[in-house]
Amino acid sequence: MPGALVVERLAKRYPGPPEITALAGVDLEVRPGEIFGLLGPNGAGKTTTVGVCTTRVRATSGRVLVEGLDVRAEPAAVKRRIGVVTQQNTLDRACTLRENLYFHCRFFGFSATEARARADELLQRLRLTDRAGALPLTLSGGLAQRVQIARAVAHRPHILFLDEPTAGLDPQSRLALWELVAELRRDGLTVLLTTHYMEEADRLSDRVAIIDHGRVLVTGTPAELKRTVGAGTVVQVRLTRTDPALLAALRGLPGVGEVEEAPGGLRVLAQGREGLISSLVETAIPYGLQDVAITEPTLETVFIKLTGRDLRE
Amino acid sequence: MSDPGRFRGYAAALWGMVLRDLTVLRRNLAPFVTRTVMNPLLFVFIFTYVLPRIGQGVQTGGAGVTYATIIVPGLVAVGMVFQGISAVALPLSLELGATREIEDRVLAPLPVELVAIEKLVFGAVQGILAGAVVFPLVYIVPATEVSIRVANWPLLVSVILLASLTSGALGLALGTIVRPQQIGLMFALVVVPITFLGCVYYPWAMLHSIRWLQVLVLVNPLVYMSEGLRAALTPDLPHMPTLAFLGALTGATLLLGGIGVRAFVRRTIS
Repeated sequence: MPGALVVERLAKRYPGPPEITALAGVDLEVRPGEIFGLLGPNGAGKTTTVGVCTTRVRATSGRVLVEGLDVRAEPAAVKRRIGVVTQQNTLDRACTLRENLYFHCRFFGFSATEARARADELLQRLRLTDRAGALPLTLSGGLAQRVQIARAVAHRPHILFLDEPTAGLDPQSRLALWELVAELRRDGLTVLLTTHYMEEADRLSDRVAIIDHGRVLVTGTPAELKRTVGAGTVVQVRLTRTDPALLAALRGLPGVGEVEEAPGGLRVLAQGREGLISSLVETAIPYGLQDVAITEPTLETVFIKLTGRDLRE
Repeated sequence: MSDPGRFRGYAAALWGMVLRDLTVLRRNLAPFVTRTVMNPLLFVFIFTYVLPRIGQGVQTGGAGVTYATIIVPGLVAVGMVFQGISAVALPLSLELGATREIEDRVLAPLPVELVAIEKLVFGAVQGILAGAVVFPLVYIVPATEVSIRVANWPLLVSVILLASLTSGALGLALGTIVRPQQIGLMFALVVVPITFLGCVYYPWAMLHSIRWLQVLVLVNPLVYMSEGLRAALTPDLPHMPTLAFLGALTGATLLLGGIGVRAFVRRTIS
């Protein structure tokens, strides 16, 4: 199946001084109907990638095809096929919620009747009909974000770009937004989502690309990526001090794959957890063991394994 | 999704933006009228009602022409240019800077240059409305006689169109260049000087006794609006040659519009 969105060797340098390389050759292929997560820390190049794909940033080299259309050569045709939700709330503050949706539809050539019907349909779907006449500044962050998504899909695009859609939202709004995105996908929409929350990428995405320093490090389904860690269990060991002797001792335990230094202690990657914890605790106690936390590998573990850094660093 | 013809698509998007601006204008009609009438109302009240009555009237030097007549074209011109700034520059500066509200229009299916041009043209429309609001005011309020005579209607229409477009273009250029936090500075450094040095309160020809100033003010687009309206509304008073102000207004529209559109593209596409 051809890609809904194809990104080839995309590079973006902002002329300095100092010259900043935002993208250093990004390749991506998003398939029709999938939710594709672009996961990486702040400054990795996620927003720049979305900017180029949505005609708002001009690439230094490389190209982007949206349903086969070159973004640079045919921006207006591309804009008909995409919906975009930016990080910042960009709702028109001089217009009511209904007007925000209505005028958006008019920009895309809807007649007055069609635009009105579409705006009302979306308001109903978001259960915002009673707030239709409200101005955007009166909305909470979560509601504003839902209206932004409604506006982005109002002209029935094929691909939706969500740039850090839940950044700064409370946990409840975040859950509501995840449900909305899943619902939109059921309608057949292709979604490209950027995030620095590994849980968000994991929960929502069919496939994930991990991006860092303007490069895609790895692409795959969340399960595939987590398998690359080569461990079924990750144990965070908190210690008062780390000692090379302890590292060696832990590496010798049955089932243990890798042992790495981590902030405040060690990270132990192991196959199973059968009998592991008791022997691990026994081994570590003489070295000032404070706490043991057992987790499964996450996309965060994948990121750490690839870059040696935390997503939040 | 079917693509309409390229230009039909652009036209539909532009029309949508005009409708959006009309809705916002209708909603803000009271503030629009207030900010348009306050300056000329107070000005004509003080200079053509209060001062003559307390024996402090401005000497016009002209034969039998009241000061109230001299300032009509200028005050209409200021009303228009002020609208270009408050209707285009102020909102645009915020939309491009602080709130990024412009984003949804940048993502509409048309070249972003056209989004900028829509701003300019809609600013011009508001400029014409402002002129229409100011004119009756400065005609009726003065205690002394105001003598207006339109000898050449096509000239009046051309001047109004060009002056309003120049106002919109000035608004676009300022709105794309000035950052929100510099708006106060813009008023001090741009708005106040162009009004006081815009041949609003005196005809350009009367500056001949201060030659350096007469030459210097020629960089001010408001001079040509005031003089153009003077030629059209009070043809018996001294004014610039027709070709000079029509040419200068056309040039100013193209120059300021060009600067504005380029800056708009730079601010929306990185």
